[in-house]
Amino acid sequence: MFRRRQRHDVPALNTTSTADISFMLLIFFLVTSSMDTDKGLLRQLPPHEEEQAREEVTVKKRNIMALQIDADNRLTCNGDTISLVELTQRVKTFVANVDDDPLLPEKTLREVHLLGTCRVSDRHVITIQANRHSTYDAYFNMQNAIVRGYALLRDQLARKCFGHGYALCSQDERDAVTLVYPQRISEMAEEGEEGGEP
Amino acid sequence: MKQRLFRRSNDSHDMMTLNTTSLPDLIFTVLFFFMIVTHMRDVDLKVQYQVPEGTEIQKLGHKASIVNIYVGKAENGEYAIQLNNQLSTISDIRTFLEQERKRMGSEDLARLTVSLRADRDVPMGIISDIKRELQKQNALRINYSATEKSKDTSKQ
Repeated sequence: MFRRRQRHDVPALNTTSTADISFMLLIFFLVTSSMDTDKGLLRQLPPHEEEQAREEVTVKKRNIMALQIDADNRLTCNGDTISLVELTQRVKTFVANVDDDPLLPEKTLREVHLLGTCRVSDRHVITIQANRHSTYDAYFNMQNAIVRGYALLRDQLARKCFGHGYALCSQDERDAVTLVYPQRISEMAEEGEEGGEP
Repeated sequence: MKQRLFRRSNDSHDMMTLNTTSLPDLIFTVLFFFMIVTHMRDVDLKVQYQVPEGTEIQKLGHKASIVNIYVGKAENGEYAIQLNNQLSTISDIRTFLEQERKRMGSEDLARLTVSLRADRDVPMGIISDIKRELQKQNALRINYSATEKSKDTSKQ
């Protein structure tokens, strides 16, 4: 009799409020945390060099594409005022130089892994000069347009050689494609040259 | 049969209670989901900024190796730089980076990325100064923070 009673009287824990407690936790986390994932344009800055250690590099005129942003956020490319869409187009023709135009950059023959010997556009330089009073938005859009130009070229090449877009490439394939179209962007400060970007 | 069922439910005085035993588990699941996908807001923003829109942007990888620099309008209406929780100047970037580097492990140190969250209308002067300082401090991987713009508006 005694034993039976004890077995029957296990009291149940009242868990009605557990839901409320966890709701409060949930709301706390919702308020204190932020969902925004950090996205952006990833760039590599050139290493810092001492003023005197800087070597002058002479680059042939055909290899240079000079971009400038003036104080009124106007974008000029080799002296012509252009729009962002035109810039992407210009970057494409400039870097690719499909018809070996003597006015567009030189290319060198190189052995590329996976692609064999091909003509690599590793001489070109895009120089950027942004006025101190221009806005960051103009600068960013210009960078974006340049990167877009390169991305389109790389995508084209990847499609031609591997049959799928650049985004689907393996690391080896990406390396091969970037070797053919390397990003060579050099930023210049108002005072003088600021260095290059490989 | 149908009638009996109807009568029974109509006559009964005690309503059937919904079984809520699994409700806490359910909410806990949602809670864990949020804890995983979000991260704590670790700074109070003292500057207002709206990052530019881009099409070629990438997702940033490892959160532990990212250092944020905010540039935007401060309360007095002037453009200012914010490091951690306070408004700072260009010269503070050095100590800030030293602090951040001390905090990081060697693995994160190699992947150190400075995320520049700058307002669209910030003059380029400030940005170039920051970039020059970062070069001096050998923090060379930078990220211009941006939001995705739908591709079709910028199609050539």
